[in-house]
Amino acid sequence: MSKLDSKIPAGPIKDKWTNHKNNINLVNPANKRLIDVIVVGTGLAGGAASASLAEMGYNVKAFAYQDSPRRAHSIAAQGGINAAKNYQNDGDSTYRLFYDTVKGGDYRAREANVYRLAEVSASIIDQCVAQGVPFARDYGGLLDNRSFGGVLVSRTFYAKGQTGQQLLLGAYSAMNRQIAKGKIAMHNRHEMLDVVIVDGKARGIIARDLITGKIERHSAHAVVIATGGYGNVFFLSTNAMGSNVTAAWKIHKKGAYFANPCYTQIHPTCIPRSGDHQSKLTLMSESLRNDGRIWVPKHKKDVDAIRNGTLKPTQLAEADRDYYLERRYPAFGNLVPRDVASRAAKERCDAGFGVNATGEAVYLDFAAAFVRYGKEKAHVSGLHNPSEEKILELGREVIKSKYGNLFQMYEKIVDENPYMTPMMIYPAVHYTMGGIWVDYNLQTTIPGCYAAGEANFSDHGANRLGASALMQGLADGYFVLPYTIGDYLANEIRTGTIPTDSPEFDAAEKNVTDTINKMMNIKGTKSVDHFHKRLGKIMWDNVGMARNVEGLKEAMAEIKSIREEFWKDVKIPGTANSMNAELEKAGRVADFLELGELFAKDALDRNESCGGHFREESQTEEGEALRNDKDYAYVSAWEYKGEPADAVLHKEELEFNDIELKQRSYK
Amino acid sequence: MSPLKGFFNSSVARKFWMAITGLFLITFLLVHLGVNLVMFAGKDAFNQATHFMATNPLIQVMQYVLAAGFLVHIIMGIKLTMQNKAARSVGYAYENAAANSSWSSRNMIISGGLVLVFLILHMRNFFYEMKFTENIGTYTLDGVVLHNDFLLVSSLFTTWYYVVIYVLAFIALGIHLNHGFQSAFQSAGWKNSNWKGLMQTVGTVFSAIIAIGFSAIAIYFFLNPAQ
Amino acid sequence: MSSNKDMDLLLKIWRQADANSKGELVDYNVTGISPDSSFLEMLDVLNEQLVEKGQEPVVFDHDCREGICGMCSLFINGEAHGPGDQITTCQLHMRSFNDGDTIYIEPFRATAMPVIKDLVVDRSSMDKIQQAGGYVSVNTSGNTQDANALPIPKADADAAFDAATCIGCGACIATCKNASAMLFLSAKVSQFALLPQGKVEAADRVKNMVRVMDEEGFGNCTNTGACEVECPKGISLDNIARMNREYLSASLAD
Repeated sequence: MSKLDSKIPAGPIKDKWTNHKNNINLVNPANKRLIDVIVVGTGLAGGAASASLAEMGYNVKAFAYQDSPRRAHSIAAQGGINAAKNYQNDGDSTYRLFYDTVKGGDYRAREANVYRLAEVSASIIDQCVAQGVPFARDYGGLLDNRSFGGVLVSRTFYAKGQTGQQLLLGAYSAMNRQIAKGKIAMHNRHEMLDVVIVDGKARGIIARDLITGKIERHSAHAVVIATGGYGNVFFLSTNAMGSNVTAAWKIHKKGAYFANPCYTQIHPTCIPRSGDHQSKLTLMSESLRNDGRIWVPKHKKDVDAIRNGTLKPTQLAEADRDYYLERRYPAFGNLVPRDVASRAAKERCDAGFGVNATGEAVYLDFAAAFVRYGKEKAHVSGLHNPSEEKILELGREVIKSKYGNLFQMYEKIVDENPYMTPMMIYPAVHYTMGGIWVDYNLQTTIPGCYAAGEANFSDHGANRLGASALMQGLADGYFVLPYTIGDYLANEIRTGTIPTDSPEFDAAEKNVTDTINKMMNIKGTKSVDHFHKRLGKIMWDNVGMARNVEGLKEAMAEIKSIREEFWKDVKIPGTANSMNAELEKAGRVADFLELGELFAKDALDRNESCGGHFREESQTEEGEALRNDKDYAYVSAWEYKGEPADAVLHKEELEFNDIELKQRSYK
Repeated sequence: MSPLKGFFNSSVARKFWMAITGLFLITFLLVHLGVNLVMFAGKDAFNQATHFMATNPLIQVMQYVLAAGFLVHIIMGIKLTMQNKAARSVGYAYENAAANSSWSSRNMIISGGLVLVFLILHMRNFFYEMKFTENIGTYTLDGVVLHNDFLLVSSLFTTWYYVVIYVLAFIALGIHLNHGFQSAFQSAGWKNSNWKGLMQTVGTVFSAIIAIGFSAIAIYFFLNPAQ
Repeated sequence: MSSNKDMDLLLKIWRQADANSKGELVDYNVTGISPDSSFLEMLDVLNEQLVEKGQEPVVFDHDCREGICGMCSLFINGEAHGPGDQITTCQLHMRSFNDGDTIYIEPFRATAMPVIKDLVVDRSSMDKIQQAGGYVSVNTSGNTQDANALPIPKADADAAFDAATCIGCGACIATCKNASAMLFLSAKVSQFALLPQGKVEAADRVKNMVRVMDEEGFGNCTNTGACEVECPKGISLDNIARMNREYLSASLAD
């Protein structure tokens, strides 16, 4: 327990952050110029942190594996960003956002962190608007809101279905301003392959230039890891192809504890798989559940008829449809949290009611919304007794203005027109709540090494609510890390530039070079993707939406054997000293093959169901998730000990002083 | 940046000057066509019109402006084309440009180049004859000595290949204008989606009028030689 | 549209070892391609085959594979992002092709976007244009005024959003016969010119961004409109007209 000091400030929860900011050390502006900070990853968290730190005066060295910071996968977030602005006057408040987030996370998040997140959420919107982020507005010129799953208020700000894009471009533009000033040195197409620890402190990184293959040393007084989540351990996910765990895993191996690796969000509304060729899955924003109703046929015969094409879903009578979310959860209906919606879809499909050829799809139907909006629109435009066709037409226009790009995306992929027939959706891996363990200051268990955004574990507990990822990324990057890192850096003002010719840098570089050479020299028979796909399948089958003790043990053994095979038989063509996409993938998959085992080990340890983690051994008679607060109200922080199976568990007990622990109910 | 440098020397500015000189040349074409169409009113009317053009002080001044306009348009066009070629030093093996743009918009240097070659011939045929030779006969009408430019023009078009060359040149000019007209408004920043359709239509109609109008004169005098 | 039958294709792909090498089109046959697979998944199949044979796979840029990151950048059968309107390469599906087709796959080409390897190009010149002024100069203090203190007419906000949807893929440049970056640049200029927050430094922004664009060696716009047609996000030519307007009035005021 020695290292797990969460450093939560004393005092009432609503004063903690203010008091903390008042008490932590500051670095004077002239001294900030003497301090270098490395930021790895340039998504919302990393981009926002880079820009903010540079504005404050630090010398920032930023790294991205893509060709520009603008391409980080934050850009793909669609639906929106939460903020407790209460612009809709529907009773929202900082406390309510805090409460919803803790409850949505199934009481497995750290209260103080979540409260701070809710507290700074309003500033994010102000900041982004000041930056010129074009959020949706109503006709009065004021900001518009929509609702997301798991809450009873409208607090989600959005920019059509491209909110992540607009926010990331905002952070990117703030970065550009600092790059132009020379305050950020941007290293595009670079991948961090190790962290360098000098005298127990993170002092730099080893990175590979992905164009030339050159291994480079970069030093700094602190290192920030903002490299996102590890959903690609499942091979198929909504993550970008390049999203990886490597940076996080490398610091884990150097002493950063990895927290709650098994908390994975399986997002309920993704486009179903179409076949074996598939390389990734595409999300359809949760915002669609504002207006879409989810159903499967009530009777097996209709399922069969739909599957073999003799019956169209639009032909099925209302009475023959099972709107299972509305049936099971009348209070929240189609807007239950993601974990609940995903499991309900899996339950129906496992029972044989899936509506496509693979049996893994349910309908998301907008017909009712077309009618509702159509009537409203007809009314507003003064149309009396409009025809049914006219109402549908008007309704489709309204839906198009809200979700046009999503509908278009769906049509491009599936080749069906979702304005005319219901969408088909199925859950897919989307987000990882787990990540590097950090204290209240976002510092990992390595002094001077910080983790922000999806890469850390801190705010979402066992399940993340929709539109909260963007909020957390920007909160960490703009408003938390830039302050808290000062507390550490205040002691570094006399350190001077960190030299890169120290034995520690030599050793770290040698380690990286040796690993690359080892991989290149295997010259086996199977491609990197071959191993990645096998890992993904075992993860999905045994460590996916439902987990049990046998399956998890099997997964651990299986992953270990895949990993051993990988290191004997992987085949990487080309050379290490040039651009080599296979080598890049190999490095990432090698790390996934270690993380996957820890992931399963963590799931095995947690013999309760909470949030995205569902243990079949722990459910109610109705099949709902059953949490066990007595034994599992802790954060699992794993210490690396060589083999993933040997990792040592450290527990951070979670204390709930401001929210009463309750079994979640969305009924 | 020195004052106004950007207004003369940048990609946007060069396009602006192309647009302004283009619009100026378009105005000139209108005047030119107007004068030419007077040929249908007969010899005397046309010769009176050319006399006016040759003697009016404002027109005399405008001649130099016109020449400058041509020069700027041509030199700028060539310079832009060279820069644009350099902007893609390695080309594509396979291009399907027709999928996204019109031939006329992509080949302004070709249509413009043809018009330029024609312009030289045209200057030799008429401008040179009128200004630098005594080949054109004169006569007096209402006390004014007129050059018989009507004869010069109409007789040229009795030669079939001149008619062919001129008509082809007018078609090239029409193609050039079809893109150039609306493009000029875009370059000058005077366009948006609301006006786009109208401007394109006006541009196409205008190009057709110019091409058909000039061609009509050549063809008419080929079919109906003046005595 | 083709049927559901798997397809056999002849691919002519640009291979180039690095920036300094000479490249060439190389023929590859792929078989059994599902019409439901995406274009990049078809290339995955090819690469898997190449790896099996011990050959170097074709390198191409890609990341999100859902049409938003702007990483993918192929010139397919003579068009940026291939046939089809308002899609990126990753959104192009093989059902747009027919069994037996020959497909040309080339990198985006512009002097300002040189090839790095095979189909991967260096688009850092586009970042440089953004760094010249594609931002609002406000620090991330969190102490800005309330987001609703400044109402913005919905029409302006919507137009700014439409311009802001640019994904920076470079298709406009690749498509333009002049390799001009005007649509890309004008999208950012327009976004900020339409919003009160951006108007404060609008004049300097447009001048600086155009200057850097010219320095980077992009071509001049000749209003062919090809960029607008090939743009995956349908960015309108209106933005270029607006930028011209902004630029000309800004430089006149010097």
